Amino acid sequence: MSKTVPVLIASIVGCIMIVANFSPFLLPARQIAEDWFTIVATIAMMLGGANLCVHHLKNISDREAGWGFSAVTLISFFITIAVGLLKIGVVPESEQQVKFAWSGPFQQEGSGFWWIYQYLFSPIVSTMFALLAFYVASAAFRAFRAKNLEAILLLITALIVLVGQTRDREITSLFLPPPAEGMPQHVPIADLTEFIRKTFVTAGQRAIMIGIALGVVATSLRILLGLDRSYLGGDE
Amino acid sequence: MDFHSRSPGDKNPGAYAARLASAVFSHVFRGSDSSPDWIAGKARPRRAMMKTLTVLFFLLAIPTLSFAEEIPGATKQIAWFDTGKTSFALLTIAICATVIICTELARRGKPFYVRPIAGLLAMEEAVGRATEMGKPILFVPGIEDIREIDTVAGLMVLSSVAKMAAEYDTPLEVPTSRALVMTAAREAVQAAALAAGRPDYYNEDRIHYITDEQFGYVASVCGWMYREKPAACFFLGKFFAESLFLAEAGNAVGAIQIAGTAETTQLPFFVAACDYTLLGEELFAASAYLSGEPAQLGMLKGQDFGKLAAIVLVILGCLLATWDSISPRGKSDDGQNLPRRSQWITDTVLKGG
Repeated sequence: MSKTVPVLIASIVGCIMIVANFSPFLLPARQIAEDWFTIVATIAMMLGGANLCVHHLKNISDREAGWGFSAVTLISFFITIAVGLLKIGVVPESEQQVKFAWSGPFQQEGSGFWWIYQYLFSPIVSTMFALLAFYVASAAFRAFRAKNLEAILLLITALIVLVGQTRDREITSLFLPPPAEGMPQHVPIADLTEFIRKTFVTAGQRAIMIGIALGVVATSLRILLGLDRSYLGGDE
Repeated sequence: MDFHSRSPGDKNPGAYAARLASAVFSHVFRGSDSSPDWIAGKARPRRAMMKTLTVLFFLLAIPTLSFAEEIPGATKQIAWFDTGKTSFALLTIAICATVIICTELARRGKPFYVRPIAGLLAMEEAVGRATEMGKPILFVPGIEDIREIDTVAGLMVLSSVAKMAAEYDTPLEVPTSRALVMTAAREAVQAAALAAGRPDYYNEDRIHYITDEQFGYVASVCGWMYREKPAACFFLGKFFAESLFLAEAGNAVGAIQIAGTAETTQLPFFVAACDYTLLGEELFAASAYLSGEPAQLGMLKGQDFGKLAAIVLVILGCLLATWDSISPRGKSDDGQNLPRRSQWITDTVLKGG
């Protein structure tokens, strides 16, 4: 019974979503279902916050590897919550508002929460994102080792696309002699890159996407018909 | 269970409808094992098909009838069906019907060949390797919420991985970036531990929430990987830019890595950095493949017919487009350009009606 109700809810709501795609009559019902998801997810957010505190407090208590990071996480968590909830640094935005700090929005420019976001959170996220360039280089280095025919083809294609993203017209004229009179001009690598991206890459991606769409249909049917309940913990 | 044979006592249509609804409910929501005649292949094909159609009818009709009346004056102002999506609806019904037919055939004992998927075959090897090395396993179910089908597919695989890990008594770490996913993952792992006969294996502290923030989550998971050095990493779900961070961190610690996502932009990163990658549809097939249940394997075969239809449409579209370019249709009597021959495929089928 503990699994029956969730499966029933999943099936009915899933069917509403499908039918609403074809029947405008059910659009309000779809909106209701989406609103309910938002409500449930918001409640779960509190559960997540509680779990985060318990998890990191346990890490600190047990002196597990990296417990110092847990301490930093908890301190940051509580400071951010306090600054956001107490609206530290928020001022009334207009004469019409009451002269009380809480009357302004918590994300107001110049407020404590805004400062944390602008000068702490945003730079940290940007730093993380910048690291991606090095990970791409390291992954490409391994992937493009010319160990067999497929890898060689991949390497050549990658080089063409890479050079095609640069100022290739100058590079092409630098390495290749000018074409003989009456012969066609060299194809710029940028054009070749576009050809590869628009033809081969798009074709491959679309093939994968067709497979994904069919996979989604089959998986959805498994869930709607209650054939697969492993995502809820199975039948046990 | 026979909910189509109307007994002589059921002269009241209401009573019959109630009995029918009850039978449908018990069949669908109490598991397929409750219908032994079905599994033994005794049910006639027509009756089996009727059962499935009845289930679908109830699932589609109940919400439609329940919610439609809530709109004031809806019958006059809002159409019951968006006729612009007719062809898309027909295609959807055709594909769903094919998948359901294949499921029924598989249930009645028709054997279907499903090609081996290397990434799924390697899962037990990865868990075994972690057991031998005495190191934990990491499972990341993506960074999106449970409303995404990729996340649900990831959780379905988690169930199988957790069962294997419980049998070997190897720690399984599941950090999540959404609280709802954490709750679902706990349910899945707990049930898997019970199914493996190891209820004591379940430790809810190992399935925890980190943060909704993409890079905060990545920083935490990568930090854990560098500290704990897991022997096997599973990345199955919806991923974005963090895919390469995770895969490279796993590679750096020497873990065997199995990844899968339906995000086509992230697949190249997983292919480059992981040992095995489930490409798109393979992620959705994983749960059915690992379960080994005939009905679920039949669904995979149904997908293949969908692919066949896609191939036919692609070839037809290519031929029509080529015909259009070789011999354009010209103009109508009033001087308007006649539509291209391939227009139905491009405008209706490809753009969803």
